Amino acid sequence: MRQLAQRLLGPVTLGLLAATIWLGLWVTPPDRVQGDLARLVYVHPAMAWVGLYLSFGTATIASALYLWRRTRSTTMDRVAHCAMEVSLVFIVLTLVTGSIWGRPTWGVWWAWDARLTSTAILGVLALGYLALRRANDDAELRARRSAVFAILAAINVPIIHFSVLWWRTLHQGATVFSPDRSLKIHGLMAWTLLISFLAVSLAYAWLVRARYRLEVKREAALGESLEGALERRRAEGAR
Amino acid sequence: MIRTAMLVAAKDLRIEQRSRVLLWQVVPFGVMALLLCGLALGPVRAGHSNAAPGLFYVVVVLVALLMINRSQGVESTPGTRASVATLGLDPAGVFLGKSLALAVELWLAGAVLVAGSVLVLHTALHGTLVALPSIVVDLGALSAAGTLYGALTSGGAGPATLLPVLSLPAFAPLLIAGERSFSAALYGGALWQWWVVSLVALVAYLALGILLYGVLEES
Repeated sequence: MRQLAQRLLGPVTLGLLAATIWLGLWVTPPDRVQGDLARLVYVHPAMAWVGLYLSFGTATIASALYLWRRTRSTTMDRVAHCAMEVSLVFIVLTLVTGSIWGRPTWGVWWAWDARLTSTAILGVLALGYLALRRANDDAELRARRSAVFAILAAINVPIIHFSVLWWRTLHQGATVFSPDRSLKIHGLMAWTLLISFLAVSLAYAWLVRARYRLEVKREAALGESLEGALERRRAEGAR
Repeated sequence: MIRTAMLVAAKDLRIEQRSRVLLWQVVPFGVMALLLCGLALGPVRAGHSNAAPGLFYVVVVLVALLMINRSQGVESTPGTRASVATLGLDPAGVFLGKSLALAVELWLAGAVLVAGSVLVLHTALHGTLVALPSIVVDLGALSAAGTLYGALTSGGAGPATLLPVLSLPAFAPLLIAGERSFSAALYGGALWQWWVVSLVALVAYLALGILLYGVLEES
């Protein structure tokens, strides 16, 4: 069952992504005010959901589980690492798609808006996490330090989420998770938005899985090359 | 925990007192940075006082980064961490002690920089004095956060360059709160609200440090 799900993950993801493109570009109507520009709603929020919440959340939970002695394992460390890498990619894509929307709407590629700035800071934090991992050679020390840093960096996520409520920002308020629990999108547009969220979430799962497998292979290759080097040294010493 | 904190703080301050790095290197660097900020703004006096709160905190961060690296450098001499581990000192106490020592050093450097901002950047003396409680709390929060981030980056490759990358995003809310409260003290506005933000950040970083410092120091 698990193997079947893993096999189907790629094709289902591609199918849903194709459906999002088809529905978003051809089937859904243009917005009354923003016209075709509003079609970015089928890309940008889904990427923000994955980059800021799903992926960063996975990295934080896996880091917390690594720090907890009962659940401490290299698997948790690897999951946190892979999820953070994917998170960085999606944060960058969120900022890029947001800029593409901002230029015709606000007249600038970048505005010093609380939501934009706090999201950019989260991107820098994800980059810092990866830099921290590269700075430590010892595997356990690296895992522990990066886990602590991931938890510290996660403080920024609620700040980003509530920034549109706490400060007067240019960025629009929540479309789906608004405080008054009212949906700001309806009909076919709402369904397309939902499919885009599903598609990008599955793409995230597929990417993390692929990255995880790559990491396991990289670690194995590193171990083998170390073993090989030690063997050669031993042979040199015996001569 | 408090006893350990006092011991560690006294040790760090004694090292600083003997080496005089703060007095002869860090404070002159801060004054120089403040002068360069004034130079960059040009001769118009009004522009100086308007930008003074932001410039003050930019210089404070530069000074803090130097001092955090120094504070962690003291611990990185061979055998120091092993000795601390052998002594069985409470990591939370060590964190509080190092934060306290760093805060005292930052307050001293901050006092010079506050005087510098009055003299060089022409901030009003009364407004600057009103801003002092928020500066004290903000520098305390910076030292708690700095000690935590310093421990994260120490011992690895390139800690001096890694520290700014990791800590500046975390310092950003503190800098915004500090700058806003300093500006409010000078020109009116929500002084106490921003002061409370700094206070909450101080408590949060102290709590996180007490919880997580031990994990970072585990051998």
